[in-house]
Amino acid sequence: MEYHYPKFTPEMKKTHTILIPNMAVTQFRLMEYALRCEGYKCELLGNCGSAVAQLGLKYVHNDTCYPALLVIGQFLDALNSGKYDLEHTALLITQTGGGCRASNYIHLLRKALVKAGYPQIPVASLNFSGLEKDSGFQMTLPLARKCIACIFYGDMLCALRNQVAPYENEKGAADRMVDRWIARLGRALLAGKGFTSREMKHTFPLIAKDFAAIPVTRVPKVKVGVVGEIYVKYSPLGNNDLQKFLESQDCEVNFPGLMGFVQYCAFNMGEDHVLYGGKLAVKVGTDQFLNWLDSVERAMLKAETDAGFYAPGPFKELVEKPKGVISLGAKMGEGWLLTAEMIELVQGGYGNIVCAQPFGCLPNHIVGKGMVNKIRALYPSANITPIDYDPSATRVNQENRIKLMLAVAKERLNAPVEAQPLTAEQLAGGAPQVGATV
Amino acid sequence: MRVGLDIGSTTIKCVVLGEHDELLYSTYERHYSHILEKAQELLRRIDAEQLHGCKALLSISGSAGMGLADSCGVPFVQEVFSTRVAVKRFMPKTDCVIELGGEDAKILFLTNGTEVRMNGSCAGGTGAFIDQMATLLKMSADEMNKAAEQAQRTYTIASRCGVFAKSDVQPLINQGARTEDIAASIYKAVVNQTIAGLAQGRPIKGNILYLGGPLTFSTVLRKSFDEALNVTGTCPENSLLYVALGAALYADKEFVLTEVAAALDRYAATATYASEPPLFASKEEYETFHARHMSHSVPRVAFSAHCGPVHIGIDSGSTTVKLVVVDEKSQILYTNYQPNLGNPLPLIREQLLKIYKEHPGLQVASVTTTGYGEELVKNAFRCDYGLVETVAHFTAAKYFMPDVDFIIDIGGQDMKCFKIEDGAISNIFLNEACSSGCGSFLQTFAQALGYDVKEFAALGLFADRPVDLGSRCTVFMNSSVKQAQKDGASIENISAGLSISVVKNALYKVIRASSPEELGRKIVVQGGTFYNEAVLRAFEKEMGVEVIRPDIAGLMGAYGAALYGLRQSHKNNQTTSAMMDEQELESFAQQVVSVKCGGCGNHCQLTVNTFADGRKFISGNRCDKPVTGKSEDNSLNLYAYKQQLLASYKPVPGKRGSIGIPLCLGFYELLPFWYAFWTSLGFAVHTSPVSTRGLYLAGQATIPSDTACFPAKLSHGHIKALSQMQLDAIFYPCLTYNVDEGLGDNHYNCPVVAYYPEVLAGNCPELEGKKFIYDYVGIHRPKDFVHKMAKEVLPKYFGGISEREVQAAADAAYAEYEAHMAKIRVKGSEIIDEARRQGKRIIVLAGRPYHVDPEVNHGIDHLITRHGAAVVTEDSISNRVQKFPTSVLNQWTYHSRLYAAAKYCTTQKDMDLVQLVSFGCGVDAITTDETREILQRGNKLYTQLKIDEITNLGAVNIRLRSLFAALDERDEAAAEKAE
Repeated sequence: MEYHYPKFTPEMKKTHTILIPNMAVTQFRLMEYALRCEGYKCELLGNCGSAVAQLGLKYVHNDTCYPALLVIGQFLDALNSGKYDLEHTALLITQTGGGCRASNYIHLLRKALVKAGYPQIPVASLNFSGLEKDSGFQMTLPLARKCIACIFYGDMLCALRNQVAPYENEKGAADRMVDRWIARLGRALLAGKGFTSREMKHTFPLIAKDFAAIPVTRVPKVKVGVVGEIYVKYSPLGNNDLQKFLESQDCEVNFPGLMGFVQYCAFNMGEDHVLYGGKLAVKVGTDQFLNWLDSVERAMLKAETDAGFYAPGPFKELVEKPKGVISLGAKMGEGWLLTAEMIELVQGGYGNIVCAQPFGCLPNHIVGKGMVNKIRALYPSANITPIDYDPSATRVNQENRIKLMLAVAKERLNAPVEAQPLTAEQLAGGAPQVGATV
Repeated sequence: MRVGLDIGSTTIKCVVLGEHDELLYSTYERHYSHILEKAQELLRRIDAEQLHGCKALLSISGSAGMGLADSCGVPFVQEVFSTRVAVKRFMPKTDCVIELGGEDAKILFLTNGTEVRMNGSCAGGTGAFIDQMATLLKMSADEMNKAAEQAQRTYTIASRCGVFAKSDVQPLINQGARTEDIAASIYKAVVNQTIAGLAQGRPIKGNILYLGGPLTFSTVLRKSFDEALNVTGTCPENSLLYVALGAALYADKEFVLTEVAAALDRYAATATYASEPPLFASKEEYETFHARHMSHSVPRVAFSAHCGPVHIGIDSGSTTVKLVVVDEKSQILYTNYQPNLGNPLPLIREQLLKIYKEHPGLQVASVTTTGYGEELVKNAFRCDYGLVETVAHFTAAKYFMPDVDFIIDIGGQDMKCFKIEDGAISNIFLNEACSSGCGSFLQTFAQALGYDVKEFAALGLFADRPVDLGSRCTVFMNSSVKQAQKDGASIENISAGLSISVVKNALYKVIRASSPEELGRKIVVQGGTFYNEAVLRAFEKEMGVEVIRPDIAGLMGAYGAALYGLRQSHKNNQTTSAMMDEQELESFAQQVVSVKCGGCGNHCQLTVNTFADGRKFISGNRCDKPVTGKSEDNSLNLYAYKQQLLASYKPVPGKRGSIGIPLCLGFYELLPFWYAFWTSLGFAVHTSPVSTRGLYLAGQATIPSDTACFPAKLSHGHIKALSQMQLDAIFYPCLTYNVDEGLGDNHYNCPVVAYYPEVLAGNCPELEGKKFIYDYVGIHRPKDFVHKMAKEVLPKYFGGISEREVQAAADAAYAEYEAHMAKIRVKGSEIIDEARRQGKRIIVLAGRPYHVDPEVNHGIDHLITRHGAAVVTEDSISNRVQKFPTSVLNQWTYHSRLYAAAKYCTTQKDMDLVQLVSFGCGVDAITTDETREILQRGNKLYTQLKIDEITNLGAVNIRLRSLFAALDERDEAAAEKAE
């Protein structure tokens, strides 16, 4: 039996408003401009509340991962709201094409739309893997370049904001700076500017300078890194506003950037060639792409360190981190990247880590919870707490666990065990914070 | 002075310390969810008795204390951290603390790197769990401990979460196992749960400290821990108060306690929680509702001498026994409903005797049994018929609504829903082991909060803002309730919220309906839980339809059984039941022994009931051997054949040494491949032994993620076994991709199958110093495979293996794999042909290759063959269809076979599919829906069996019997139509 669903046709680009679920807030805010510049009408969804999860539960298999429940719930909630012309609304969802069930979200969404009485709504897939080739929504080169720029800018704004906000003298200064830059970058993007590597390299130091100029008082604070399944890691809806909670507990937070995930996906295509053979062209192509990203990335990181901020190593160094812990062949979900990020964080002074995942996330059994023991064996100071998110896991339990992790962290902050030698990154010009937290 | 307050999920604890940290005052009380009032009262009491208005250093701890502390500005200390502070002060030599609380289990490692572990969101509560189990056994926690001291043996009870364990315990009770033994088994399960869930590979040794309520009160629990860990732990003085002590020691801010108590008033005023609309808008609305439901009743007539022949229906349920007597006109003469008190037989005997005695000369025409205890009761009293409970309920529902199209039954322990199409059950939903405990959950909850269940339910009827508790497993609900209490929800609103969540659980978790229309509009609701009007109302509101709740909602199974007996006896012209007469009943006695069967390697734990007349009834058996004495006939069981095939790969001594292969996960299919490969290279290939419970337990301490699927968790045991076999290397490659059979869009393995070796390498200490080969290998590209193995993988471990040798080995491997798969397909065809010749049904027991593991499938294949059907596997028929479009991304090799097998079933009249799903399998959240859709589009029934380490087959059996009953009914209907 053939399965039919409405396609997103090229004509719809003009007639339809595309709804986008929210994940990494800053990066996605910028991407909205990139899509608009390419002629798409779109809107980033901000609706949350209990109806979102309830709708997800109602229309999606309850054992499906939490992100799918939330994303689909958020779409349905938006469609139910009456705010949108249902004949001229389309949905956009990401698809990674990996061996994890996340590649199936789009199909679950289509099934849910039919069940919920919206069979006419087309769904477009945002992917870099060539899935859904017949869709009118395609990742063209200009769009891809703009999206990449948005991710770089967004990552940088987040990284700097998170290093400034906990210490700012005037509450909200860093957030205002983020807004100002988003507006500025948005204007540039709409004008078709700002996304070439030359322009990015020019802009990065300006951003860093602006954040460095915000008056701060540096006091020792617990530094917490957050890794995890990509949606619950970034999305406030998915992680019960984890960032806000951590900041309310007087922590500095560090969410490793979204670009790492893009690089990781590209890298894996080449790694398949290394491990299993296949077309050499793929490996050559991805290597070239990664080299190009690397040059931009290094410019961004340098701008950060030049302005006195901490910056992690570039992706090419990140790839080396999991050696002896997990193979680079583990490529489903967040795969080896998640393990690598944990190691990077520990080495970078963010040894208190929240590893966030949807309840029952298959890859995270391996690369998250499965690797904690190994990381701890290598870095005894690593203070990692895995937190599960799902519609019924209560906030009080999650926060309780995080608080426990923070209690150990605070104890160490107040009575530093022994001074650890500075890592290469710190020597390279990171901003060593007062008091060793390790 | 220092004051520490510990507000837990069920109790509140408070200590006052003097200048030298000496204990001046302490209290330990249940708070029955009146957290706020209790905390205020306590603070005021201490102020009055101890502080006399002076300031004291104060901090608050405990899982329910966080919001409270925030609202009144008192510092909050995380409870594990608090424990640590206290232990360091009072028991500084401790290496490891095990603390069980009302709902938490914690292990705290103090020496060699401080580490704290708390139970995951799935593992559920332990104190609450013990309470629940005690309730189930009709004992207090103390009595249960006393009973456990007298235990002679223990049973295996699933150690994952309370709900699972419950579905293991209930059948033991029903089968008449000794309470003492069950009690001891429960403590053992708690120990296993704690160690499996929390130790996560780290050995627990040195000076162990036991803290918290359950460990303080139960000697058996402490002893069980001692035995399991091989240590002698201590339970210190004030073991209940450590969290509070830590909080007191940690306190660094001074407060006047009465002021804190006053500040909490403000908290009560500001607290919010997610709520639902009230169940009834007005008293009038309730009155109409009530009257409407009272109108659906069965005529009752007096049980007199002139009633004629009678038919008795007995429903021996999980927690209750129900008995109905009807006359020839289906009118009710007598009913009885009572809790089964752990053993239904004496109660039923008493009832039957009562009927005989009060009505001398009564003509009993038929006696029919149904429910969990159907077999036992039928055998014990020589009843005439046994009826699977689903069919019993359907029969009864038809009496009230002949064109009923949907029935939902929520009982004490189980939930059953069936859809009816064309007069036959077309779809059955039974609650998975993880969402069971519906009615009894409400009951246990009511008791925990200090109420009688009826009283508790009634409280919710007029609640103004019922708490929104979500629709997941009941263990999660415990913490949701905790949260709501913290946010100031009243008991009324919690009661209403619980009733609503039971309904949501049924609709969205069990049935997974998205709209009421989907289920049907003619609905009969039944089961004792629907006597609860809050549940009934919530159901109607959620469904948006008025339903029928018969006045005998709790007796429907028994009534249906009686009606069935009535019909059958007419059909068979039977006028007198074969049931025991009064005299036989009088002398009836039952003796229960539990023995381990020695018939085969399964070593089933058998419960043998011996009756006064010497007859025996055996339960707990996985095959017929202990009953008939004969070995099982496996000629029509492809699962058994597959097991045989795998067992035939024996090590051949080789020049290069030995290789160990764990017989788990993907190896259930790829063993032939790798066996041939390594044997050809000159290695003796040893596999780990076939999985057993003991093998699993031996490896469970190294499992890092307790929510991974059971087949994955089992692999820890296999690695442990291999590590003790003196082999040169252990081989378990990571396989991102599986072989491409051309059935799907891609050919991945699931993340767990693909990468589990990484977890083993990172968490199994026994692999240290061993050669563990877990490279990433691509068998999906045969040419590159040879090259990569020869050049990159093998040289890392062994010298001097040439590429030519590898080529030859690979050729042998691929050939062996093909031959193996071909054998399975050929045997599959033979079984199908033979089954057709004998006119038997063919069941495609579809899952993954590793579901062939008897420890994983728990002998479900045998269960099916014992019901007279043939069993084939999905991979034996998946090649019979071409690739076809699916509505999901069809990207996993194993799952493509499921879809193909389902598709093939729809073309075969006598072939039906039963899908095995491992608990925690994320991928199956996608495949089950798709498989169901494929089957339903082809007008086939879909049956899903969720399996875990759980060993009870009772629910599975009901499902299978219902399936067969529904299939028979369909065939009969089709035959009638043809006539």
